[in-house]
This record gives sequence, structure tokens and C-alpha cells, in this order.
Amino acid sequence: MDEFKRLDLRSLPGPETIRRQILSNGIVFLGRENFSSPSVVLSGYLWAGALQEKPERAGLAAMTAASLMRGTQERSFEQIYESIESIGARLGFSAGKHSTSFSGKALAEDLGMLLDLLLEVLRQPSFPKRQVDRLRAEMLTSLAIRDQETGARADLAFNGLIYPGHPYSVPTDGYKETVTNLTAADLRAFHRAHYRPGGMVICVVGGVKAEEAAASVMERFEDWKGNGRAVQLELPGIDKLKGLHRDHVTLEGKSQTDVVMGVPGPPRSDPDFLAAALANNILGRFGMYGRIGDVVREEAGLAYYAYSSLVGGHGPGPWEIVAGVSPKNLDRAIELIRKEMRKMSTRSPSQGELEDNQANFIGRLPLQLETNEGVAGAIVNAERHALGLDYYQRYPGLVAGFAAKDILRVSRRFLDPDNMAIASAGSNGRPG
Amino acid sequence: MSEAMLRTKLRNGLEVRLKEIHTAPLISSWVWYRVGSRNERPGITGVSHWVEHMQFKGTPTFPAGTLDRAISRDGGFWNAFTWVDWTAYFETMPQDRADLGLRIEADRMANSLFEAKEVESERTVIISERQGAENDPSFRLSEELHAAAFRIHPYQHTVLGDMTDLESISRDDLYNHYQTYYVPSNAVLAVAGNFKAGPMLERIRELFGPLPKAPRPVHKPRPEPGQPGERWVEVEGPGETAYLELAYHAPSAGDEDLIPLAVLDSALSGASNLGFLGGDISNKTSRLYKRLVEGELAASVSGNLTASIDPYLYSISVTVRADSTVEAALNACDEEISKLLNDPVREEEVAKAIKQARALFAFGTESITNQAFWLGYSEMFAGHEWFETYLDRLAQVTPETILEAARKRLVPSNRTVGVYRPNGRV
Repeated sequence: MDEFKRLDLRSLPGPETIRRQILSNGIVFLGRENFSSPSVVLSGYLWAGALQEKPERAGLAAMTAASLMRGTQERSFEQIYESIESIGARLGFSAGKHSTSFSGKALAEDLGMLLDLLLEVLRQPSFPKRQVDRLRAEMLTSLAIRDQETGARADLAFNGLIYPGHPYSVPTDGYKETVTNLTAADLRAFHRAHYRPGGMVICVVGGVKAEEAAASVMERFEDWKGNGRAVQLELPGIDKLKGLHRDHVTLEGKSQTDVVMGVPGPPRSDPDFLAAALANNILGRFGMYGRIGDVVREEAGLAYYAYSSLVGGHGPGPWEIVAGVSPKNLDRAIELIRKEMRKMSTRSPSQGELEDNQANFIGRLPLQLETNEGVAGAIVNAERHALGLDYYQRYPGLVAGFAAKDILRVSRRFLDPDNMAIASAGSNGRPG
Repeated sequence: MSEAMLRTKLRNGLEVRLKEIHTAPLISSWVWYRVGSRNERPGITGVSHWVEHMQFKGTPTFPAGTLDRAISRDGGFWNAFTWVDWTAYFETMPQDRADLGLRIEADRMANSLFEAKEVESERTVIISERQGAENDPSFRLSEELHAAAFRIHPYQHTVLGDMTDLESISRDDLYNHYQTYYVPSNAVLAVAGNFKAGPMLERIRELFGPLPKAPRPVHKPRPEPGQPGERWVEVEGPGETAYLELAYHAPSAGDEDLIPLAVLDSALSGASNLGFLGGDISNKTSRLYKRLVEGELAASVSGNLTASIDPYLYSISVTVRADSTVEAALNACDEEISKLLNDPVREEEVAKAIKQARALFAFGTESITNQAFWLGYSEMFAGHEWFETYLDRLAQVTPETILEAARKRLVPSNRTVGVYRPNGRV
């Protein structure tokens, strides 16, 4: 693999250039310098997520995260936003199933201000009733908009089919019926129970010395004493799908129908994850959308977009194929996609196709790791899944080590066109 | 910006902009063509965007399907965009593979095949793209709003084009459009990244120099006449959420009112990026957010001002809350705008807008892809000086110049009000 040889591994983030430090309260600091940039990116997460909500409180983790910046014991909503908007900075939070992530950016000289704010909103949010009421109304408007989006509705239906009775079937932003009932007291209780420093990750990348960034984080966050490390919940198991599971959501007045099809995929910790990611690239990403793009978009002209994605993550995130098609072409597109899945799971890719995809995985690293955001995302990802500080330096070797038979094996393990879920949303009638 | 930049023009008229940046092992190449939906007439609306799609469908040297694979294999990233005034193509590649991007761009500037079979296969893809957009109520509202705001200027139709034209545009329509506008004299090649300008220019001369010279196409759309009074459009459709959009005829990029209006937009609806700065600063301290969102009339509000060749639109978009009404949101917008017409914007609001622009400018220069973007972008509607002097001109804005621009532009007779009324709403 000549891509492997020509890549300068030392230029990639590794133990020599990433500073990692664990604070006494369990916070993990990660930093990497980039003095060619005038900015600094702040990124990370803590272990408070939607898995910790009760079903009747769906949306609670997301609403708590969205409320953090709406007032603290020190400052009002307006004072908080004035402090960042006036210097062109940003800071935002979002909840996932397992954790709540944050992401911020500022000119490098304003890192201290950004860290002050991060600490304040994480430790002392006040959840003012007026702000919570307003946020709830905004979330309900977003949910009303989601109800009309064909892509979102197909995705919700798909998750219902592949994760029956499992928390992964519940959308992180909840439902109208649950969000309507969430109160400031609920948010306060969720924050008190689940926001704690143990296991939290704070990553700083950009035009500041990593040593100074570490000191800045330590100075502010070290005295945050939480009640122990957050507990990662055990996920219920998921049964392998048997047969074809089909659902359709009828939405009147829509020109395009969206379809989502696939299976639960491997978690990031599965030894087959990287091989599956490579198989996914072949199936629905390489070039303009891989084999599925070739067949559905380029040859049949059925869709503007048709691609596959493999989520990974802590649990069995979906391995799915999505497409937006004219209602009359829905069945044809589904059959073409199933045919490509069958090919993947019955025939090895050619050596040439495998090498093209390996070259793509390796060759794109410098581009993915060009910006502060790209580097921070990569370092946080490696920490989250315990991949090691040298992961990106080992990565080209790992990718180059796969043979065609590995791709066939993982495809056969996961992609079964006769045992999968297919969900669509649009103006078509419900399928027979 | 200017110190490390090389500007030149090849004999065939192709303008070249090069900038050495040695921070990452990457090179980004952009080709900008002065053609977009502004250059279209009824019957062939959407043709510029469709031509952009066909540019990925092969030449004799790079047959259909080989281009994507070649770029991806080399670890590169490419894409293209069509806008009202321009069409742009780029490849960002590992530095030792950048030649491929340049060869592709030189080749498809003149040799794209536009095979009939590929045209037909792409027709359904283009129609599918439009159908996807139609699913979104704000697209449907915006389309009607533009049609009402522009009576004769081609800014009246969307870049995607009208469905009836997408069904009837022929291979010859596409190819004629391509041959007319894809000539070196109508393009700017901008390259930024880890290279030496001398050898890079030499290579560009080798690849692009032999392309035949052709006159730069002349296209002067009929100017939109002054609007004699407020216009109003309503769109009905599925859903529960109502949307309001106010669109004022705005100054062109070359008009001295544009920069004061950008500062005004920052105060009114949040940090203005004129369609080219990066970053995503929130707008929660802007006047309209405070009034509409904190006032519990709307779930969100945003403003949009774009630098354009001809006068385009300054628009304010509001997502109305379920427990409010379009009328209440419109009244609140009008009251806020009326304050701007009566009292000058405060000095600190001007200072904040300038600070925000400086931060956005700094963030937007970080990636090599963005640097190359900037080299070419402002050439499409003004010149590179426009971009280079942008921050200086911003610093000269005063509350008085803003007031003057606001009184000229933000009056009801200069606007179109668009309303999306959901038929599922009780």
C-alpha cells in the first residue's frame, strides 16, 4: 500500500504531541497545540445521557443540556450570551444516549473565558423557570417540524423496528407528549443526579501551549468534587432480526419519500468494527456513495442521495442505508439496495476495490486532521473508546492489514437482505 | 491576505490566484465560473445547476465514474456549488496528489461529454433533488417569495429551477450553456496550500494554457424596477408550524450601503457573515431574538444578507411558535425595524458587530480549503480588493451611515412579506 508508505506517521496526533492528564477528581484533560491557528477549540463530554431518563421523561437529558446556558447562580441568560457573542465565541451542549457533549470555539486568547463559562454552566446552572418554559415551547416547535420531515420520520420508524423495546428506539429529543411535561424541577434533579466530574473529558486544541491549557483546566476544575464516577448503564441485549420488518409513515403533500433500511451494527468496541467500517465504505460511501451510489444514483438515476452509514458508538448503533426517492420509485430503490447488500454478503470485493478503499481510509487522514475541530474530534473519539493515544499512528497499519475475506466475513455477519428492517416516510400509501 | 498571494492572467483569459500556506500537507484548488441562475431565462431555469452535475459525468480522458474513484483513492475531497451568480468546483488533496485535481479541472473546462444517456439519468436525479427541497416548507415559501419580489430579474427563480423546465431541458440546452460559459476568460482558478508558487504556476500554464481562447460571455439581465408597494405572498401546506419571511430589496456587493446593512443585520438578527465568513456565532443577544424568541412569539429567527452582482434580497426568517401567530410576529418585527429607522444603532452594537466579524474572519481562514475559497469568491461579484478591504470598510461604519442605509432599504414598499400557513394548524 503506497498510501501507507507515503504518509508521515509522525505528523499524525500521537503520544508525543497529545498531552493527557488526569485530575484528582477523575476529569481527563487532553491537549494538542497548533500555533498556525489563531483559535482554540474546546471539546469533550461527561457521562450523563438519555439512557438515564425514564421512558415517560424522554427528552430530559437533551432538555437539561440545552438549559445549561440559560442561567446560572452567577449570571442570567443574557449575560452569558453577551459574554460569548460579543467576542465572537461559541459554546454549546448536546445530549446523546450515553453522554452529554460540549463544543466551543474562541480566539486563543479567550480560552480562559471559555473555560470559566464551561465550569460555571456545568456546576451551577439555575434552570430559571421562565427560560425552561421558553425552551420547552421551542423544543415542541422543533418536534412539530420533525413530525413533518420524511427523513426524520423514516429514521424514527426504522429505530422502532431494529430496537424493539430498547432505549435506542427512543429519540434523544423525546416526544411531544413527554417534553410537554418536563419541568425545571425535573432538569434540576437530572443535573444533580448525573452531572459529575468523574470520567469527564475536556480536550483543548489550538493556538495555546498544551501545558498552559492543562494548567488552566486544572486551576478551574480540580475543586469540582462530584459524587464518584458516573455509572455507565448496562444496555439490554438486542435480538438479531428475523425476516423482513417493514414500516411506512404516510405524510401527505410530500414530493419525496425517504427510506432507511438496515440492521443493528457492531459497537465501536467490537473487534470487527474497523473491518465493518471499511465494508460500509465499499457499500455506500467510496467516491460518490460507493456501490449503492453507483447503482441507485448513477445508473438508475433514482435518487439525489443514497448512501450507507455505520454509527458504532458504545452500543450496537445502526448500520443503515438511506435514500430519498420519488414515491413511484420507492420499491425499485429498495430492491436495488437489497441486491447490493446481498452481493456484499456473498462475494468478496476484488483486490482492486479493497485497495482503493484502504487507500481512501488512509489517504484522507491529513484532511480529516487539518483543523482544530478535526483533531479535537479525533482525540476525544480515541479517548471515549479507549483506542489509545497512538491510535491514529497505528490506524494506517490496521486498515492496510485487512484482506478481502475479512470484508466478506463482516458483511456476512451483519448485512442480511432477508433479515433486516425497512422504514419509509412520504406520501405513498402503506405497503401491502 | 495579500502579501503571499500571486495574481496573474493566462493568455486565454483565465485568471489565476495562488497562495502558499505551509501549515498542513494539503493543497486546495478551486475553479470559479461566472455563471449561475442569474444567467438563465424561462424555459431553461435550473440549467446552470444541472451543468454542474454533468461536470461529474465524464470526459474522454476521465470517463464517467472514474473521477470520484480517482479523487477518493487519493484521500481527497471534492465538491461543487451553484449559486445565483457563480458555479464553483474544488478539490482538496494531499499535497503530492494535487495535480489530479488540476488535471480534472483543466480537462472538464472544455471536454465534458454531456452524453445523452447521462443527461437522461441525471434528469431524474435533479428532479429528485428538487422534490427533496419541496418537502421543506421554508423552501416552498422562499421560492414563492423570490417569484414575487423579482418581477423581471432572473433572481426570481431558484437555483434548482422550475419543475416544468427540469422535465423539458434538452441535452443541447445543457451543452450550449456549458460551451457559452465554461471558457477560460469567464473563470478564476484559485489554489492555496503547501506548494511553491513558481512551479505551481508553471504547471497551471501547462494544463490550462492550451485551452482555446474565447470571448468572455456578456450577460446583462434586465434590472429589476423599483418596487411600487409592499407585496404579500401566502403558501399553504402540510404541517403545524407557520413561517414568516420578510425580504427587502438589498444593495449589490458594489453598493456602499451593503456594509452598513451588514452591521445593521448583526444588531438586528445576529452576526452577519454576508454568505462567506465561517463560524456559527449564536444570535441570542440580537434585537429580533430578544423581541421574538424571548418575547415568546417565535422558536427561532435569523437574517440573511448576501454579496451579489445585482441587488438581491435581505431576508428575515421567523419560525412562529405554535401558541403565537404570524400576525403577532410580523407586528413585533415591524416595531423593531421602526426603532432602527427612528434611532441610530448604539455605538456598542456597532463595535460588537465589528468584533464578531473579525473573529469570524479569523476562524474562516483556518483551513486551506477555506483560504482557497476566499481567493476566488469575491472575484465573482466584485474583485479581490472587496474582500481584502472588507474589515477596514466595516470599521468605518457609523450609526449615521447605518441609519441612512436603513431608511433607504427597510421600508414596507421595498419588501415582500411571505407567510407559510400550515393546513394542519388549528
